Amino acid sequence: MTATPGAGTGTPLVEVRDLEVERGERVILQVEELSVRAGETLAVVGPNGAGKSTLLLALAGLLRPTRGSIIVDGVPLVPGRELAYRRRIGLVFTSPLLLSTSVFGNVAAGLRFRGVGTAETRERVEHWLERLGIAHLRDRPASQLSSGEAQRTSLARALVLDPHLLLLDEPFVSLDSTTRAQLLDDFERLDVGTHSTRVLVTHHLREAIRLGDRLAILLDGRIRQVDTPERVMASPVDADVAALMNIQARVRGRIVASEDGLVVVDTGAGSGRDVEERAQRLLDANRAAPSADRRSS
Amino acid sequence: MTSDLVEITVLSLAVSGAATLISLLIGLPIGTWLALRRFRSRYLVLSVVNTGMALPPVVAGLVVALLLWRSGILGGLGLMYTPGAMVIAEVVIAVPVVIGLTAAGLGQLDPRLHLQLQGLGASRWQTVWWLWREARLALLAAIMAAFGSVISEVGAAMMVGGNIAHETRVLTTAIVLETGRGEFGNAIVLGLVLLALAFMINGVLTWAQQRGPKR
Repeated sequence: MTATPGAGTGTPLVEVRDLEVERGERVILQVEELSVRAGETLAVVGPNGAGKSTLLLALAGLLRPTRGSIIVDGVPLVPGRELAYRRRIGLVFTSPLLLSTSVFGNVAAGLRFRGVGTAETRERVEHWLERLGIAHLRDRPASQLSSGEAQRTSLARALVLDPHLLLLDEPFVSLDSTTRAQLLDDFERLDVGTHSTRVLVTHHLREAIRLGDRLAILLDGRIRQVDTPERVMASPVDADVAALMNIQARVRGRIVASEDGLVVVDTGAGSGRDVEERAQRLLDANRAAPSADRRSS
Repeated sequence: MTSDLVEITVLSLAVSGAATLISLLIGLPIGTWLALRRFRSRYLVLSVVNTGMALPPVVAGLVVALLLWRSGILGGLGLMYTPGAMVIAEVVIAVPVVIGLTAAGLGQLDPRLHLQLQGLGASRWQTVWWLWREARLALLAAIMAAFGSVISEVGAAMMVGGNIAHETRVLTTAIVLETGRGEFGNAIVLGLVLLALAFMINGVLTWAQQRGPKR
């Protein structure tokens, strides 16, 4: 299945080409082509086990693919020499995975890895603690945070790096619904004024549509469709994508007959003369084969 | 007796300290590597290491003695019956302990922590350093276990050191000697010094283990 080009412009920041990841003997991810455009939020949507997290790890340069390559600014990543690239990204996992130090220490960690000076580190960390509303927790040990506070710390830890590419693996999924709504609002607000490119992995459709400029639909390790949320909703490429997007068939027309789960609709497309007769034939066929696949016609 | 006691105690500390340090230098990297890498024979290697943790000191002493004996492979070094030989034997005893406990300690961490650190831009060494930091309770336990196993060890020290007065006599071998002679008073004093030493060293390590931010 080829990926459909989506709306919007922007040069690709990261491209995935002919990527294949195997676990044991099984191919768990196979992506012919996918590009993340500068400045966009690409939401990767799919059910659990579709290969979303694997794709994200590959995009982060943290997983060596069996075949294919990740191309950054036109240059393929060289295995074993990903550090420079990793220092341009931010990565947030589902669980906050905080280090056993203070909130400040956690948010400062990435800057310290990069050798950023003490004064600049303090200034940048405090700015992001403020923006994420956790400045009052600055000196608290990470182990004493609530799940919402911990995930905010994890987000601040990634955002403070001013990443070219922010990779988010279901960052809101482990939170209760109130915290989740709050953090989603905050996250949306943070979009304004930052120009970072984001890849958000989620199995939450509403989250993807709300935050994503484009959706990449991932099913069984393959990208089925890449397009704007509107276009994916309006024209899913196949029944699987439609099912994932929770799209039910809509047919405009007049209901001619309905019986035992079968609805016969006159869409006006046919000649229109023998509608009743054809409807009767469909109802008879339905009665004769009650377990058969029932469809509206 | 007092000057002898000081001499024996100092030698005990020096031999055990050197052996612990060397076994850390060898065991920490290998244990870390075993914890972080996935390869086919990993379980076999871990089983060998875990068996090594239960290695009887006299067997270690025998192997080192065979190597250092005049006709042995390393006989030319002339190390037999020197503190050097005792350090070597005790390193053989302590290295599996350090490897095994390091691998187990790091294995307890969330495997994604490794990825998260790299995702934050940590270099290989920064990643390892922070993983050690996260597993510091287990690593300090590894140091304590290694030191404990060498300071209390007597079989190998006797075999390759020979318990020579003013040369290779340490607390444990001196206790054996004094007990054999029926000098129980001396043996008890030496035993108390050994206990006090072990307590002090472990006290410092326990303090280091338990301080810092609450987990």
